[in-house]
Amino acid sequence: MMSAFGRFTHAVVRAVPRSLATEALRTGSLGELDLPRAQQEHELYVSVLKQRLGLEVLELPADEALPDCVFVEDAAVVCGDTALITRPGAESRRNETVAMKDALTKLGLNIVEMTDESATLDGGDVLFTGREFFVGLSKRTNQRGAEILADAFKDYAVSMVPVQGYLHLKSFCSMAGPDLIAIGSSEAAQKALKIMQQMSDHKYDKLTVPDDLAANCIYMNLPGKGDVLLHCTPEEFPESVKVFEKLKDHMLIPVSNHEKVKVDGALTCCSVLVCKSSV
Amino acid sequence: MTTEVGSETDVKKEPEKVPEAQHQTDPVQTDQPDKPADSDAQPVASAAQPEESRSAEPESPQEESSSPDPSSPPATGGQKKEKGISRFLPPWLKRQKSQSQDQASESAEQPQSLSPKEEEEESEPKAQPDGAGAAPNTEKTEEEKEEKQESRPEEVQLEENEKEEEKSVGSADTQPVREEKEAESEVKERKEEKKEEEQVIQQETSVLSPLRLNKKMKMVVCHVTLLDGSQFSCEVEKRAKGQYLFFEVCEHLNLIEKDYFGLSFKDNAEQRCWLDPTKEIKRQIRNSQWQFAFSVKFYPPDPSQLTEDITRYLLCLQLRQDIASGRLPCSFVTHALLGSYSLQAELGDYDPEEHRLDYISDLQFAPNQTKELEEKVVELHKSHRGMTPAQADAQFLENAKKLSMYGVDLHHAKDSEGVDIMLGVCANGLLIYKDRLRINRFAWPKILKISYKRSNFYIKIRPGEAEQFESTVGFKLPNHRAAKRVWKVCVEHHTFFRLMSPENPTKSKFLTLGSKFRYSGRTQAQTRQASSLIDRPAPYFQRTSSKRISRSLDGAPMVNVSDYSHAVDSALTAGAGENGPALDLNSDSKSPQVEVVEKPDTDVATSVTYESAIEQTDKGGTGAPERKSKLRVQGENIYVRHSNLMLEDLDKTQEDVLKHQASISELKRSFMEATPEPRPSQWDKRLTGSPATTLRLQAQGSTEVKPEVNGQPEFIEVVEETVVIEEVIKAKPRSPAPETPVTVETEVKEDRSLSSDSESEEEEAEYHAQTPSASISVQQIEEEPEEEQELIQQAPPSVVELQPITEAEPADSAPSAEEEQATAQPEEEECTDKDDAPNGHAPAAEAPPPLRAVEEEPPVVNGSVSRVEAELLPQVICCSEPPVVKTEMVTISDTFAAQKTEISTKEVPIVHTETKTITYEAAQLDGNGDGEPGVLMTAQTITSESLCTTTTTHITKTLKGGLSETRIEKRIVITGDSDIDHDQALAQAIKEAKEQHPDMSVTRVVVHKETELAEDED
Repeated sequence: MMSAFGRFTHAVVRAVPRSLATEALRTGSLGELDLPRAQQEHELYVSVLKQRLGLEVLELPADEALPDCVFVEDAAVVCGDTALITRPGAESRRNETVAMKDALTKLGLNIVEMTDESATLDGGDVLFTGREFFVGLSKRTNQRGAEILADAFKDYAVSMVPVQGYLHLKSFCSMAGPDLIAIGSSEAAQKALKIMQQMSDHKYDKLTVPDDLAANCIYMNLPGKGDVLLHCTPEEFPESVKVFEKLKDHMLIPVSNHEKVKVDGALTCCSVLVCKSSV
Repeated sequence: MTTEVGSETDVKKEPEKVPEAQHQTDPVQTDQPDKPADSDAQPVASAAQPEESRSAEPESPQEESSSPDPSSPPATGGQKKEKGISRFLPPWLKRQKSQSQDQASESAEQPQSLSPKEEEEESEPKAQPDGAGAAPNTEKTEEEKEEKQESRPEEVQLEENEKEEEKSVGSADTQPVREEKEAESEVKERKEEKKEEEQVIQQETSVLSPLRLNKKMKMVVCHVTLLDGSQFSCEVEKRAKGQYLFFEVCEHLNLIEKDYFGLSFKDNAEQRCWLDPTKEIKRQIRNSQWQFAFSVKFYPPDPSQLTEDITRYLLCLQLRQDIASGRLPCSFVTHALLGSYSLQAELGDYDPEEHRLDYISDLQFAPNQTKELEEKVVELHKSHRGMTPAQADAQFLENAKKLSMYGVDLHHAKDSEGVDIMLGVCANGLLIYKDRLRINRFAWPKILKISYKRSNFYIKIRPGEAEQFESTVGFKLPNHRAAKRVWKVCVEHHTFFRLMSPENPTKSKFLTLGSKFRYSGRTQAQTRQASSLIDRPAPYFQRTSSKRISRSLDGAPMVNVSDYSHAVDSALTAGAGENGPALDLNSDSKSPQVEVVEKPDTDVATSVTYESAIEQTDKGGTGAPERKSKLRVQGENIYVRHSNLMLEDLDKTQEDVLKHQASISELKRSFMEATPEPRPSQWDKRLTGSPATTLRLQAQGSTEVKPEVNGQPEFIEVVEETVVIEEVIKAKPRSPAPETPVTVETEVKEDRSLSSDSESEEEEAEYHAQTPSASISVQQIEEEPEEEQELIQQAPPSVVELQPITEAEPADSAPSAEEEQATAQPEEEECTDKDDAPNGHAPAAEAPPPLRAVEEEPPVVNGSVSRVEAELLPQVICCSEPPVVKTEMVTISDTFAAQKTEISTKEVPIVHTETKTITYEAAQLDGNGDGEPGVLMTAQTITSESLCTTTTTHITKTLKGGLSETRIEKRIVITGDSDIDHDQALAQAIKEAKEQHPDMSVTRVVVHKETELAEDED
């Protein structure tokens, strides 16, 4: 069930709509988004998945009516061969799930839909460690959403982690390896980590990086490549990169996220990773 | 785990295959030349304990029948012990063992070698503290290995431990079995004696002794539903204990690794209850039918470590049930995968001719089985070609064990704010669920105490990094019995998974109220150890479950499969037969002796279980008198209190209550505000019980207790207790002249015997996680790591203050376990209780003083002794009151002490309890805030008894500047069935204190009265 954590064969991504620059939701004020650069950034991201890592990438077309649609992660949670189509917390993003559902259906996954009107869940609040789920309770995700997630993935424990000061749980943490949690240094991040540690029967290692945003990275375990980690670039977070570079066994791939971060996009946000051939 | 493996292999090497573990000893012994001193003493000590327990238990049944005196069994048991090895032991060892067996083995050595004669002098209570005398640290550390995950920071130490362990080989894990072995090799004469004794014991083990059979015995037929759905019937004597039936069943199943299993029954409310092996069946089931279910009680976290396939097979059967019933939720894919392994195990390879799609439709793989699922199952089944049944089972378990609800025992509850939650008890601790979500988790190392009172269930939590004090979290269960059930399950799980050996079923309980219940079987560590000794050809068994009669397994390539017929035969011949156990009752052939031949460790298990039996047996009818007598017994005995686990204050201050509330709401965490409609659905299925639980939730009220209490035949005492606690806090000398504050503690207790059911109706009980801090027994150590970390990281101001003390104290008591002590210290320190008895000194002298050097002042003999004991013996409590309380206060600096007092936790006062606390503090206390703790020089406690119990604790400390300060705490507990004039009692106490110590000043007086109102009396 959890033997192959990080093993992926497919990725679902979505192109950057022009409306991203102007209409995308944002929590911070990191400046204006440079659309061409954002698009270029995203293309690079996709090419890493495709060319560098050899994943089969499904690229969904952008939808101008859905400015945030590039952040596909929030629309679905995939674990094993089950995909939970979420009900994003932001009203304006609800329709993003339509295309995602189609794509995942095509991949042959068991689709579970979150139909409960009272439930909200953003994929960005879902941290799957390989052993269990942590679901951030944020502005975008509520308890009901977490319950439905728990129902969809019955094999795993689902623990709740309050998220404060950030958009999503994964705004300051992610998995950097099997049983290895990358976590930011801020108080909020550390507090969340404490909660996760207390809630879990497993002992996770942690990789603490100075910058919260840098803690969002993408771990994969690919045949022939071993441990692969997509992380921030030295230009963005030089100190944090040094931390990642201590992971000697990982194939480290810096991927720029300079523009998308302005609209709360992180590395994990831009793809839904799928492993076909489970079981 | 490396540790264990190592030790096990050693064991296995031994050529002899003897029923009794003892016979195998020699090889082990030789393996450990490094620790000559230890090895000598150790074996003896360790040997005694299994022996003792063994001898003790068998007697109790006999005594019950033969001797009319119900209250005497414990005493008799003790005497008999003298016969065997135990006679070589100092008295305290005997007592101690039961409490924490492991620790005994190591710690025992010293006292023993020094003072073999003393044994005769012993008085029970005294014995306990002393036994702890030696430092068991080495053993403790070993435990930590097991807990490696938790103890990262201490890796260095772990390594050391490992070395140590290797040297001492078997001693480390200290399982009874091994201990026995060592013992044997050690002293040969003893060996012989032992054997004799064992024989006797074995005969007795059969519970139904021939003698009894001859007399008029009423036999009852028990029906046991086995895991494969079949029924096993067995005739037992009406007064037989649970273990008799359990052993019968295990024998029938040819099961050796039986400790993971248990028998359960449905009580009147259709709740599933575990049959306590140490108690009479009849008493437990009450008016229910003699209908039981054999099932897994403790789900092994790693089934691959089970020794025998048959055990794994039974576990598989249980899990299939759990899955099919929905109690163990899993995803579609997992259902399919597990189902396919089941098929492979039962049917062998997929055979396209024989196995058409419908071949599985009569099997249930999931609560809601779909055609789609069945197809998937079949598809996967095809892929398992070539897998043997045993392999398929193993694969099944490897996947099942990862399920998040694997081995989680769920109970409905509400939090303090009435929100529906679920308590999940599992190997690692207590999980709190809200609907399907985990909202909190309390690992065993975080839990200091588990208690219940009426329908409330409490856990006391070790302070986290950010918190200064422990907190108590309370949950409301549907009713009293549910609360007790959760409590029991927690106690058992904690002991089984967390400790190396079971805790002594308390003879000595501090809070008078409460259940004596303790888990008395083997712990997982012990059972693993024992399993490593299993030396029999893998037993054959037939895999038939799920409604199917066995099929032909022609297609199956593997030997196991094709050998079924043979398997059945051998299984049957080995065990009792399938049918008519009643007939066998009279025959010897079925008795344990048979078991001995085939199952080496059976006896060991028995012995362990037996321990508690004695104590439990007398509990029923004579409970009240018994208890009182215990109070009296204290006499001059010493009791040691220690460890944070034990720190219980009887009185709960207002702040406590507030704190309690706070912690509860904390539990709910911020996100809990919105509570969606309750959703029963699957979760209800998962409950061991039935819908009744939920229903009862509503009905619970103050009156609920009554109905249960009424109509029950057994007699129990409901204790009304009035406690007056006086605590004197040391005044810190400001002038050169040492000031000596006097502590007067007075407890007034009222006991009233009321009719109620002793067995199951205790109003409340506590269970102190024996673990970590105690540092006492090896086993406990495992917890240390986690605690440690916390301490280190946290360091709140007040804690810092304490540090000096902490460090100093641990130093003398347990040289090797510094870190642990450091952790445990703050609370543990004062636990000192000492007796004046000469015995006390011997251990003291022996106590390894190396670390003493750390201390600036040479330790006073008494003081050091007591401290040592404190560390070692967590559970020793001779008196029924909570002497603990004062202990807590003693060593702590004034400021801190003051704080502590307020914080002390006890059960939250509940509706029916009236609590009254009067505190008097001398003015001088104020301003002592600079709180240099000083060094504890001596501490001793004397307890005497007359009408009331008086406990006096002398503590002498050296403060900075070389001043010494003596504090005397006196606690008086008055127990009576009439109203007590507290004012008078207090006045008297103060007066006496002044008279006795004219040169001292009374600094603090606390009167605590706790009265239970009449409601329970009914």
